[in-house]
Amino acid sequence: MTANNVRQIVLDIIADIAPDEDVTSIDDSKSLREQLDLDSMDFLDIVMELRKRHKVEVPQEDYPKLATLESCVSYLSPKFA
Amino acid sequence: MDDTQRIVMTGIGLTAPNGNNLEEFRQNLLACKSGIQHAEIRYMGKQAAGFCNFDEFKYQSKKLRRRGTRAGSISIYCANEALKDSGINFEAVDKSMVGVYLGITEHGNVETEEEIFQMHQNNLDWKLWSPHHNPRTVSNSPAGEVTLNLNITGPHYTLGSACAGGNVGIIQGVQQLLLGEVDLALAGGISESSQTFGIFAAFAAQGALAHHDDPTLASRPLDKNRNGIAISEGGAVYVLERLSDAKKRNAKIYCEIVGYAINSDASDFVNPNSERQVECMHKAIKRAGITVSDIDILNMHATGTGTGDVNETQAVRVAFAESSKTYVNFTKGHIGHCMGAAGALELAGNIPSFTDGVVHPGMNVTELDPECVVKNLVINEPKLIGNVNYILNNSFGMLGINSALIVKKYS
Repeated sequence: MTANNVRQIVLDIIADIAPDEDVTSIDDSKSLREQLDLDSMDFLDIVMELRKRHKVEVPQEDYPKLATLESCVSYLSPKFA
Repeated sequence: MDDTQRIVMTGIGLTAPNGNNLEEFRQNLLACKSGIQHAEIRYMGKQAAGFCNFDEFKYQSKKLRRRGTRAGSISIYCANEALKDSGINFEAVDKSMVGVYLGITEHGNVETEEEIFQMHQNNLDWKLWSPHHNPRTVSNSPAGEVTLNLNITGPHYTLGSACAGGNVGIIQGVQQLLLGEVDLALAGGISESSQTFGIFAAFAAQGALAHHDDPTLASRPLDKNRNGIAISEGGAVYVLERLSDAKKRNAKIYCEIVGYAINSDASDFVNPNSERQVECMHKAIKRAGITVSDIDILNMHATGTGTGDVNETQAVRVAFAESSKTYVNFTKGHIGHCMGAAGALELAGNIPSFTDGVVHPGMNVTELDPECVVKNLVINEPKLIGNVNYILNNSFGMLGINSALIVKKYS
């Protein structure tokens, strides 16, 4: 799976979790929480959806690696390999 | 009586299976327009049920709707509509003196069933259980969602009172205003019951789930061939204020709440007790300082079950034996049983009678059950009776909870 595919997977999940937000203009290098109205419960939802939709597990200690779209792609790509 | 000790209704917000505001609801009650349809219920297939089609996003963001519950969404819609209807400048209101009191039949079944369903769809992976489950299912949840939505910092809670919930929520609002705990109450009842399969399955197991090839005929209280309850969702929330406050802001006043009572059968888990129902109605009438003959309209709880309707009509015959002018109707033929919302919604449907002098009919009675005969029963067609001063609203529930609420035309 390409990095772009992984990026799209994460974007699709964020779009479902934060349906009022425009996810098309996200800066990949900036913190997601700074750009979108996301709180800690939303990040739990992201982790939950990764598990439900793609059987990808994110242990609690790795949650900080989901801070930006860029770091999401870097962290998750090997798990989708 | 001192105006600070008189409680009035100054705003109504509602959603029912046949209407999303009072005007639409009333018109459809008068026109005998049913809100019951056939819907696919999980595991069970096609069932007669009532669903509301209000705009969930009129007052709530998509994100918060997703995070909350259907019951919360109904509550938020009704509370906002009630405030809008009241004409109050809510921005200027001291939010710490606003209370939210919502009657519920049950809460959390929808969310719990969904989590279990999803877990079974995913090889019993319990780690998929949502972190939102607890805040969604705590029993104050629907009222709490209203406070989050409207930035209300006064008290909020729900009143678990089975299908008497709508009346009980209003009564709680009245009592808290009289105690001086709040200056404004958002009070009523709500239900998301038709979103869960469990309630359908349980009534089916009891042999008390309404069915008919034409879903609009499924709910037929007092009819000889009635076969049970059509399960519905809905909500009605009222703005309640002390008369002194309502006068100060020159508010439109729908009516005054002058009597109420809640009692218990102490006799059975599900079967009603007509003696206790009579006591409840008489207690409310006594509190109002009137006699049975003063009641112009009595809205029966009348769910459409075999024993429930017989018990209640027996209670009404006894309670109103000395009244020749009380007209009797019911609402569940139109909208099914809106559970925790039933009492509050059914009261709302009758309140316009204070101004138009018309009693809306109970619908779907093709052949009146001889055991359900009561004086002055209004069925299938509206009846113009002229001046209406008092309305009594019955609402009863499982475990033997009875409630009666009396409202008076404001003058």
